[in-house]
Amino acid sequence: MSLRIVVCVKYVPDATGDRHFAEDLTVDRDDVDGLLSELDEYAVEQALQIKEAADGDAEITVLTVGPEDANDALRKALSMGADKGVHVEDDDLHGTDALGTSLVLAKAVEKTGYDLVVCGMASTDGTMGVLPALLAERLGVPQVTQLSEVSVDGGVVKGRRDGDTATEHLEASLPAVVSVTDQSGEARYPSFKGIMAAKKKPVESLDLDDLDIEADEVGLEGAWTKVEEAAERPARTAGTIVKDEGEGGKQLAEFLAGQKFI
Amino acid sequence: MAEVLVYVDHVDGAVRKPTLELLTLARRIGEPVAVHLGPGADTAAATLAEHGAVKVLTADAPEFADYLVAPKVDALQAAYEAVSPAAVLLPSSTEGKEIGARLAVRIGSGIITDAVDLEAGDEGPVATQSVFAASYTTKSRITKGTPVITVKPNSAAPEAAPAAGTVEQLTVTVADASKGTKVVSRTPRESTGRPDLTEAAIVVSGGRGVNGAENFPVIEALADSLGAAVGASRAAVDAGWYPHTNQVGQTGKSVSPQLYIAAGISGAIQHRAGMQTSKTIVAINKDAEAPIFDLVDYGVVGDLFEVVPALTDEVKARKG
Repeated sequence: MSLRIVVCVKYVPDATGDRHFAEDLTVDRDDVDGLLSELDEYAVEQALQIKEAADGDAEITVLTVGPEDANDALRKALSMGADKGVHVEDDDLHGTDALGTSLVLAKAVEKTGYDLVVCGMASTDGTMGVLPALLAERLGVPQVTQLSEVSVDGGVVKGRRDGDTATEHLEASLPAVVSVTDQSGEARYPSFKGIMAAKKKPVESLDLDDLDIEADEVGLEGAWTKVEEAAERPARTAGTIVKDEGEGGKQLAEFLAGQKFI
Repeated sequence: MAEVLVYVDHVDGAVRKPTLELLTLARRIGEPVAVHLGPGADTAAATLAEHGAVKVLTADAPEFADYLVAPKVDALQAAYEAVSPAAVLLPSSTEGKEIGARLAVRIGSGIITDAVDLEAGDEGPVATQSVFAASYTTKSRITKGTPVITVKPNSAAPEAAPAAGTVEQLTVTVADASKGTKVVSRTPRESTGRPDLTEAAIVVSGGRGVNGAENFPVIEALADSLGAAVGASRAAVDAGWYPHTNQVGQTGKSVSPQLYIAAGISGAIQHRAGMQTSKTIVAINKDAEAPIFDLVDYGVVGDLFEVVPALTDEVKARKG
């Protein structure tokens, strides 16, 4: 029986661009280029490695929730080697928060069918890092999260979690939700062949009706949280910069003493 | 006055500083009720009471250590049902966020993570967050259910506010469904004797300019002279010069100390995201054009192998 892997990926504004809020205090997506969240590339990579370890006896579906452009994130994952894509797209999704997103993903994952869900540790825009836990709670399956190593064998997922105070080795029976960190292993670059092949891979499009979700359960109106103000942080006033001509260490000590750090 | 649940982060009853900060913030929106899970509640209770906890709800069960996260969610949910609080506050640690997230789903509430400040508002608590690599400051609130909010370390100065701190046992039933992820083994991290990176008042970080694991003692010596934690940029971590647990940046730890010293770090957006909210920023870098200099209060253009040891000597001399 082939292992069904679903990788959740997010299309995010490029962090090296100038990111802004739109008038409704959602992320302004017109202002800056989007791309597949770098941290989700690690999730795609681990899914591919799990498939390889299973001698190819697995199918990888890459799933995203987002506007039309989010298709780019799917194509990137497909060009890395994922088998097919699912794109949840609906105008009523605009402004959906983390809880709403977890609802949509949970329904889409269930509709797709899964043994293992793989996520990145966080998105590079919201950076909350809670989606995998939210998804596990909604699906009612174990969460095996923040892994720097992951493997699947005989219906059991094992992983290593490097926490703040300890390193833990974890184990859970499938089905389960996994999230991987950027320490799990460098993500591969799509080959030319992979890029060409990705163009022919199927991408299924779903909307809220397909997932039996009411419009008022998601979107800005349905959100569980509300951003009331967003202010650009004032640029730091120019600091003192000195060139070291033998006294740099001393001058710096003087500054730190003046600030009462020494 | 409304009660506010505060999830206690501790090591065998030794309460970690971010929890004391949470208690301080909790008093702005109600009466703090601490939830202490695992061993050491009696030790912890005194500290929690000193910082304003009117009550300490406690439960200990092997499941908290044997399985990942979910049993603690069961316990926090039991506390939530016992108290009907106005809000639930947790530290913004990996585990704190995961527990908060799962609780939010269960009780039908919204969640805000990584708050850097909290105040009472007409429609519930308002959380300040620093987003887009700290280029924006937002204020948000929760519109459905009981607010669940995780707060970053160093968001408030802990204040003493003696309260009763009455210890009460919490009855917790760990559901079978919460025993899905077994912790097969746990190896505590070896203590370096230095302060915890996310809690430290001063952080000294090294980057690509440190040019090798063998040179990191130069950074450590400065850190030790200042009683600081040691951080590293992603470049230094990816090169294997320093452990990932010390990485400062978007995919590592986000720090907000009183003083941040960046040595040999150019200041890529990825790194800035993790340290830009530091109160005072100092950089030492050979490259006068390094973007980190745009952020600094004080910068030295120079060789870190000259400047850092000189600074270390000077700090030691001044401290006597």
